[in-house]
Amino acid sequence: MDVAIVGLGMHPFGRTPSMTGLEQGAAAARAALADAGVDFKRMEFAYGGSQDGGNADSLVNLLGLTGLQFTNVANGCATGGSSLHGAYSAIKSGQYDIGLVVGFDKHERGAFNAKPADWGLDDWYGETGLMLTTQYFGMKIQRYMHDHGISRETLIRVAEKAFRNGSLTPTAWRQAALSWEEIENAPMVSEPLNKFMFCSPAEGGCALIVCRADIAHQFHPRPIYLKTAVVRSRNYGSFEVFSPSQPPEVAHSPTVTASQAAFELAGVGPEDIDVAQLQDTEVGAEIMHMAENGFCEHGDQENWLAEGVTEITGRLPVNTDGGCLANGEPVGASGLRQVHEICVQLRGEGGARQVAGDPQVGYTHVYGAPGISGVNILAR
Amino acid sequence: MPDAKPLHDGLFSWPDAPSTLMGSRCLDCGEHAFPSQKSCRACSGQNMTAADLGNEGVLWTWTIQSFMPKTPYHTDETPETFKPYGVGYIELACGLKVESRLRENQAEQLKIGMPMKLEIITVRKDDEGSDLLTFQFCASEEQG
Repeated sequence: MDVAIVGLGMHPFGRTPSMTGLEQGAAAARAALADAGVDFKRMEFAYGGSQDGGNADSLVNLLGLTGLQFTNVANGCATGGSSLHGAYSAIKSGQYDIGLVVGFDKHERGAFNAKPADWGLDDWYGETGLMLTTQYFGMKIQRYMHDHGISRETLIRVAEKAFRNGSLTPTAWRQAALSWEEIENAPMVSEPLNKFMFCSPAEGGCALIVCRADIAHQFHPRPIYLKTAVVRSRNYGSFEVFSPSQPPEVAHSPTVTASQAAFELAGVGPEDIDVAQLQDTEVGAEIMHMAENGFCEHGDQENWLAEGVTEITGRLPVNTDGGCLANGEPVGASGLRQVHEICVQLRGEGGARQVAGDPQVGYTHVYGAPGISGVNILAR
Repeated sequence: MPDAKPLHDGLFSWPDAPSTLMGSRCLDCGEHAFPSQKSCRACSGQNMTAADLGNEGVLWTWTIQSFMPKTPYHTDETPETFKPYGVGYIELACGLKVESRLRENQAEQLKIGMPMKLEIITVRKDDEGSDLLTFQFCASEEQG
């Protein structure tokens, strides 16, 4: 049984002091239900996740106690991707006809402060100042720039594109484009990455209504088909966050293995993708993920960014809504925002940021600590 | 430092001088680990032995921690006295790359491939006033 997405809902990312995270999730769920023209009572199952906003299944207190199967998902930044994978499998198996996927969050300001014990590490690792995701991101792109000839200018170009695209996206948190000089001269956070090169923890909610493809037109005139959903964890040797040591041989990241499996299962290749969302926790991540997802060779990013290949007007638009950089990262919702944006683009509802040429096939990639990647391939 | 002890036992030899990093090696597949592991991340085996990982290596990658981390960071610093510190992975002779604080804390001082050596530093004092120690790496002296 093929799987379709027939409802899209979002509570804008950023800061909403008047609403709890759970309320933002409920608002997104109600928006998705309205988009599909369906009642919550009709939902047979739900997959949901939130890191700091409370248990996702508490949403039934706001949406209705209907007795549906509700599964909480906790997979770090890849929570949204993992939730959608659960829903994909539920429909694909033939067990269910229609269900809800929802993610929301409400984080404090500033970098996440992870606890070593939650990650199988001893306290010394955090106490001595090694347990920061920002350090890992700085170190991974530092080595990548050394190995593949990526310049600081390319880092700036990615940030410039993100905020420019955010300025075209009504639901984005960062609504103002930034100049080259503003980005270049921003305070350094973790060499070589400065303030405008990182996304920030944020708030927000996102929801999707997923159903059997053969009933999709009952709910929406333009269903988007979820061709495949793949989630992979890290292999031995992959360079990942929160690692006190790394093996001698650097292995493929889980992004590479998830991407390869997704292309194979969907029966398409990177050249078939018209619009993509790639995890951009920081600018280096977007650059590395272009190659890890098979869209270019390592090092090609230098020319691709200079030539505008990944701009909205380019051959492979990437992060058309400004990505994590312009939307912030409410962890539970972030991976679903990516899918939401690709569905908007494939429906042709992108407004000022719409990709021209009637895009047919889209791609999303989410990456989370300590090495989980989720890839979705979507088509009209 | 008579009144000093490691913050966490088993990471480095102490009070032997010079200190070396202490890890483990899998007797089945030969892979090293740091900190020492009871089972092997490479082959899933459980036939592990202690391994002296030495105190020298080369810098594989690096960054600089420019702001004072939130908890669980725990030193005697305040936001006013906090000094940025380097963080990097040091590639050891056995090939394993170990994550470490770096004494160097300015971009101009750090370059991938430069030789590095181990040193022992104080993290903070405990309730009895004893120094709690950890390891970090710094540029080998021949580099100036």
